[in-house]
Amino acid sequence: MQAYIVRRLLALAPTLFFASLIVFISMRLIPGDVIDLMLAQNDIATGQDRAKIEAALGLDQPVYLQYFRWIGGVLQGDLGVSLWRNVPVADQLWATLPITFELGFLALIVALTVALPIGVYSAMRQDTAGDYVARSFSLLMLAVPGFWLGTLVMVFPSVWWRWAPELEYTPFFEDPLKNLAHMIVPAILLGLSMSAVTMRMTRTMMLEVLRQDYIRTARAKGVGEALLVARHALRNGLIPVVTLIGLQAPLLIGGAVIFEQIFVVPGMGLLLLEAVFQRDYPVVSGVFLVVGVGVLLINLAVDVSYGWLDPKVRHQ
Amino acid sequence: MDPAPLLDISGLCVSFRTDRGLVRAVQDVSLQVRAGETLAIVGESGSGKSVTALSILRLLGEAGRVDAGRIVFDGEDLLALEDRAIRAIRGDRIAMIFQEPMSSLNPVLTIGMQVAEPIRLHRNAPWKDAYERAGELLERVRIPDAAGRLGDYPHQLSGGMRQRVMIAMALACRPRLIIADEPTTALDVTVQAQILELLKELTRQANSALILITHDLGVVARYADRVAVMYAGSIVETAPARALYAAPAHPYTRGLMASIPSIDGAIGARLPTIDGQPPDLARLPPGCAFALRCPHVFETCRATPPALMEAGTAGHLRACHLDADAAGAAVQERT
Repeated sequence: MQAYIVRRLLALAPTLFFASLIVFISMRLIPGDVIDLMLAQNDIATGQDRAKIEAALGLDQPVYLQYFRWIGGVLQGDLGVSLWRNVPVADQLWATLPITFELGFLALIVALTVALPIGVYSAMRQDTAGDYVARSFSLLMLAVPGFWLGTLVMVFPSVWWRWAPELEYTPFFEDPLKNLAHMIVPAILLGLSMSAVTMRMTRTMMLEVLRQDYIRTARAKGVGEALLVARHALRNGLIPVVTLIGLQAPLLIGGAVIFEQIFVVPGMGLLLLEAVFQRDYPVVSGVFLVVGVGVLLINLAVDVSYGWLDPKVRHQ
Repeated sequence: MDPAPLLDISGLCVSFRTDRGLVRAVQDVSLQVRAGETLAIVGESGSGKSVTALSILRLLGEAGRVDAGRIVFDGEDLLALEDRAIRAIRGDRIAMIFQEPMSSLNPVLTIGMQVAEPIRLHRNAPWKDAYERAGELLERVRIPDAAGRLGDYPHQLSGGMRQRVMIAMALACRPRLIIADEPTTALDVTVQAQILELLKELTRQANSALILITHDLGVVARYADRVAVMYAGSIVETAPARALYAAPAHPYTRGLMASIPSIDGAIGARLPTIDGQPPDLARLPPGCAFALRCPHVFETCRATPPALMEAGTAGHLRACHLDADAAGAAVQERT
């Protein structure tokens, strides 16, 4: 197993290399470069200023040279400096990553606590009223875009009940309760949008598993319904659900960008959004590097968890 | 007068919801099993033998429904019990062994856990004691190095070994009745005999009754005390195993017997078969279900379904119009 994990970690390198290349190039394909944006704030700038700034930021060199300089820095642990703020990208990432991680983690907990019980319930009571309600809810959550739901949650409670979600960020270790009060609303919304697919998958898999011969064997032994689900069905049914959760990890990042913007959470999503608007190339590349590593690590964790869920995998 | 049988099924009718509407899978089946006895239920696929067996423990699933009949086990009507009460009987006083050892064991649980589970459930034993007992049971079904294999998963065992695990699981609470639904169909021929011997030996030791469901009349001869032959959802003949072999009374049973290859049959001779196909349960003929394939069919067969009646010797019943008067007369003579 350890050899397997090491092998998988080594395989990360080429994937990340190509991902960074694509991000690097696509950023430069966006019309309007960083210099234009900087000069736009300054009416009296001339053509000479432009050349000067370009040289100062190292943007006068050919793109491939810029890339090699960047990747060379990355290999030495240097992610470069923000073009706008003169702050090391690594510092910005360190400041924002834990916040987004917290949001994602809370959302995942919400997603699982909603999706698994309802999915199991839906399967056990197939084609009853409860099942239809659960499935309709899931379809609704799939259809409603997150940004729209987020806006609704921002606007309507304040109109109706003069209550609005907390929008002031407090670091977790300063005041956990205040922090959670702020994070919980975006986490619930993000979690709910994730739970839709997971719930349907859980339902489908449970229905599939409940038809299996070994479930009949368990019933023939006198196992009751609760234990039947918990001990005999759930672990078999969860194997594909775990895969799905791994596949949803990038979605979580995308969702974080939207909800961090709406609920003013100073996480990596917000950092990315700003950086893209400002064409802050090193920051964008840095964020995508972290996202890439994160997604790949999550998928690795998913693969490793098969070993725990499925003894056949463990013995190979 | 016989003492009350351990299991008494009377007038059982079971139907299934299918895409083509309600299909009657079991029609007016009555069976008795005495304590310690082995009853074989023989028939081809779709004859209703497995459905009858599943009805006993109420394991038919969503689509199946018992329309009529009673199943009395040890004085209790199983069909009338609360869910909790039937669960208390499952795996404790009545255990079941299924056909497919490959898919009937849970792939993510160790065999030790699966064998120990009924002991834990019904005897309320701590896991440690239940595991210990599971080790003994695996030893009794002759799994080599039994104690060391408690932590194995089903995929690490061969088909024959898995069926041994199923038997150990069934024996765990010393049930009064074991229902084995084609326990050897999925196994290699060489392993089949071993498993049946083991099953027979262990049920005899435990003084459990056994319902052995099979399509193999050869198996019946060696292991059963009594036999019930099913066709298209009904019992067409039932008799003590010896009597059935000595004088099969139903044309279907005779056809089945004739189609068993014999060791002293002529080399190169074609094995006799029963012409035609089993009838569609959704569209049974009005008379005898076997009429379409029966070599002796006559007018009455197509119009009236035959009832089970004494055929010659005591305890030998058949459902057939053929020579009904003669068979009845034979019974009259003896009494």
